Amino acid sequence: MVSPVTPKDLKLKVNGIERSIPTDCDTPLLYVLREDFGLKGTRFGCGTGGCGACTVIADGKAVTSCDLPASAFAGQTIETVETLATGGDHPLLTAVLKLQAAQCCYCLPGILMAAKALLDDDPSPTRERIVSALDGNLCRCGAHPRIIRAITEAAAETGGAK
Amino acid sequence: MSPRPAFQSAPHLGDWVSIDQDGAIVLYSGRVELGQGALTAIRAMAAAELGCQPDVIRLQSARTDLSPNEGPTVGSMSIAQGGYAVRLAAAALREQLLMIAEDLLPAEREALTLKDGIVFHHGEKTELTVGALAHKVDYSPALTEDVKILGKGLVKAMAPRRIGLRERLIGTPFLHDLEPEGLLFGGPIHPPTMTSELVEIDLDALRARPGVVAVIRDGSFLGVVTESSYETARAVRWARNNARWRETATAPDDYMQALAGANEPFKQGFAKGDVEAVQGQRYETKVSRPYLSHASIGPSASLATWQEDNLEVYSHSQSIFDLRDALANVFAMDQEQITVIHHPGAGCYGHNGADDVALDAALLAKAVPGRPVKVVWDREDEFRHEPMGAAMVSHASAILRADGSIAAMSVEVTSPPHANRPGSSGLPNLLAATYLSNKMISPQSQDVPLEIGGGADRNAIPIYAVPNMKVSKRLVHSLPYRTSALRSLGAYCNVYGIETLMDQIALARGEDPIAFRLRHLDDPRARAVIEAVAADSRAIREEDAAEGTGWGIGFARYKNTEGYCAVVAHVQVKDIVRVTDLFAVVDVGETIDKDGVLNQVEGGMVQATSWTLKEAVTVDGTHVQPATWNDYDILRFSEVPRVNVRILDHATEPPVGAGELAQGPTAAAIGNAVRSAIGIVVPNLPISRDAVIKAAMDASND
Repeated sequence: MVSPVTPKDLKLKVNGIERSIPTDCDTPLLYVLREDFGLKGTRFGCGTGGCGACTVIADGKAVTSCDLPASAFAGQTIETVETLATGGDHPLLTAVLKLQAAQCCYCLPGILMAAKALLDDDPSPTRERIVSALDGNLCRCGAHPRIIRAITEAAAETGGAK
Repeated sequence: MSPRPAFQSAPHLGDWVSIDQDGAIVLYSGRVELGQGALTAIRAMAAAELGCQPDVIRLQSARTDLSPNEGPTVGSMSIAQGGYAVRLAAAALREQLLMIAEDLLPAEREALTLKDGIVFHHGEKTELTVGALAHKVDYSPALTEDVKILGKGLVKAMAPRRIGLRERLIGTPFLHDLEPEGLLFGGPIHPPTMTSELVEIDLDALRARPGVVAVIRDGSFLGVVTESSYETARAVRWARNNARWRETATAPDDYMQALAGANEPFKQGFAKGDVEAVQGQRYETKVSRPYLSHASIGPSASLATWQEDNLEVYSHSQSIFDLRDALANVFAMDQEQITVIHHPGAGCYGHNGADDVALDAALLAKAVPGRPVKVVWDREDEFRHEPMGAAMVSHASAILRADGSIAAMSVEVTSPPHANRPGSSGLPNLLAATYLSNKMISPQSQDVPLEIGGGADRNAIPIYAVPNMKVSKRLVHSLPYRTSALRSLGAYCNVYGIETLMDQIALARGEDPIAFRLRHLDDPRARAVIEAVAADSRAIREEDAAEGTGWGIGFARYKNTEGYCAVVAHVQVKDIVRVTDLFAVVDVGETIDKDGVLNQVEGGMVQATSWTLKEAVTVDGTHVQPATWNDYDILRFSEVPRVNVRILDHATEPPVGAGELAQGPTAAAIGNAVRSAIGIVVPNLPISRDAVIKAAMDASND
């Protein structure tokens, strides 16, 4: 038997704050983050999950946010790039700033989140693990060598803390 | 080419610098920040003249109503020209401040210096500050090159830090992030090809889509304005699926074949000696590259607002003044009625959709006067409707004397034009302008003349000491695709041709490719970068070569007049080519921002590796095909080589750009490394799996 549909808010936790969205919300999470929650650090790149610019962390895993409706994230815990500067800078942010591991930076928020998911899981990843974790994230400026160095340096920091 | 500051269009001191009410120095540069770090270096050049730290100087980002018109931010000329102009202006301001101080103190001029905003006398602080002297500064004097430069060689030691990097990582620095009061979201529905026309669209049904505020049709230009970006995305998708278009042109089955068989005339661009009269052993190669996409990660965006008869446009264009003039042309307005304000976008690597989207935004905003309208192209727009980097064929040949020296070299370049920037042919050259009911089709582009760096023929003049040379260019206008500047223009393919030919000759003679190049170079700076990169890569070159591995070298001086760059690549060829290591040594004259130079060269090498191994725009008739990243794959993290770059600093030489000098040498080094690994040259880029197989089959059929 099908129960009557009652529009009821869905909950999700974004950067530690409880948020709600309508159940029938078919808008991709990216747009909700940027336009409804004012979290514009996450970037629109392609709309099909093909470039990784919109990567956020959902329940500990790096995912693209442009190609799945926000309702698909109901009940999940979302982290966006803004968390890297909340309560002190995350070692990833510190390392990228220190090594100037960026050019235009459009891809960087997504890369930083993919890297954070990796370091949360493996505090001292090999180069192979780093590049494999970032393979869904495109960078056109060619800042890759620096980004890999920065993540390695950040890993030394976080790994040391554990 | 000696740098020419833009003192004709912005002649006065006050066009470049001022001192604000708080006593802070304000710098006006017409150059724009594209992610390349140019403004970081330019501001540091001003700081070195004014004896202060770069970050105390307020930098006004470029806008057409406030900034000096320096022309477009292109061609690796920001430091050589833009930085030079700012250096002269800052030095002139310093000299004037010290002259004012000389009268006030009084003190002899030679004993006065400026440091951290304070006038020093014989090294002792005085009470005079920049702020206190500000009201006496006369901003009307004309700037000249006749002013003492103090900062030469000093900027490098400042090690300037990238402006606004933190904001770019975790903040909202991009045009895409602007959200002024009353913002609406616009979306164009471009005709699927450059040569199709809109036949039918149900405008009422489009108007009835969720969130639609306005629908605009003018000729074949169609667009919507909605209340949110996602509603725009959905309305655009609906309209794309429901509009009917008529194709008015045909296209060849194979554009590379069409290009190679083009019969438009060759025009000679450069000659010395008499190539035809030279006798000897002849070597040649014909290389090509396909159309390439700029492939910015962030799609092109703009924000436009009409207030009565005035138009304000935020744009990440490389050429805000030319864009303003092109918009004035489209809307039949005076230039003064339009203000274009530069605001950051993603890296563009040349002329992408940045200018086109600005016209889209202006056309859509016109339907909702007083409301700002932001347009962000989608990925399909970005791939299919931006001007692409031109496909080209470069045919290089050389004649060797019996003594083993090259007596003659010729290069023939066949290519669509590489320059179609806004206004460059007297007409807007903006995408939508070509399909408005008042069509403004652009005339045939004549490309960039060789005298100012060349377009298709950039770096077609071999850099080697060869007595007889001839360079000619065949511009092809018959292909129905839009092309314009992509980083390094024709240099990438021409250097690939010339430098793979150099290896071909050296190998035929059984000579070391590095020694063979050195034997044909008398410029000490050219020799120095090659010798240095040979030293840096010695270990990897001399290790026992495993099966399927090899190394190669590539060298060029960008535009034959700018920075020197030598690259050594090490590759591993199994099914596909994998570049494991790249070494580069560059000489960009005086190093301004060392880390900025390294970053630009590293990035240029990685991007060129991507072009060289993977990239080609596919077409289907008149349709440019890629719509998603699945259709146009670029180099991924797991494919990125280790990159090692070293700078040979020449503090007494003029500083030149670093963003475009590595692409050709990198491609050539990879191509030569592949030959050394598997004995096969792949003349037609990219060196994909298919290309390697085809080249192997061609070689076995020979």
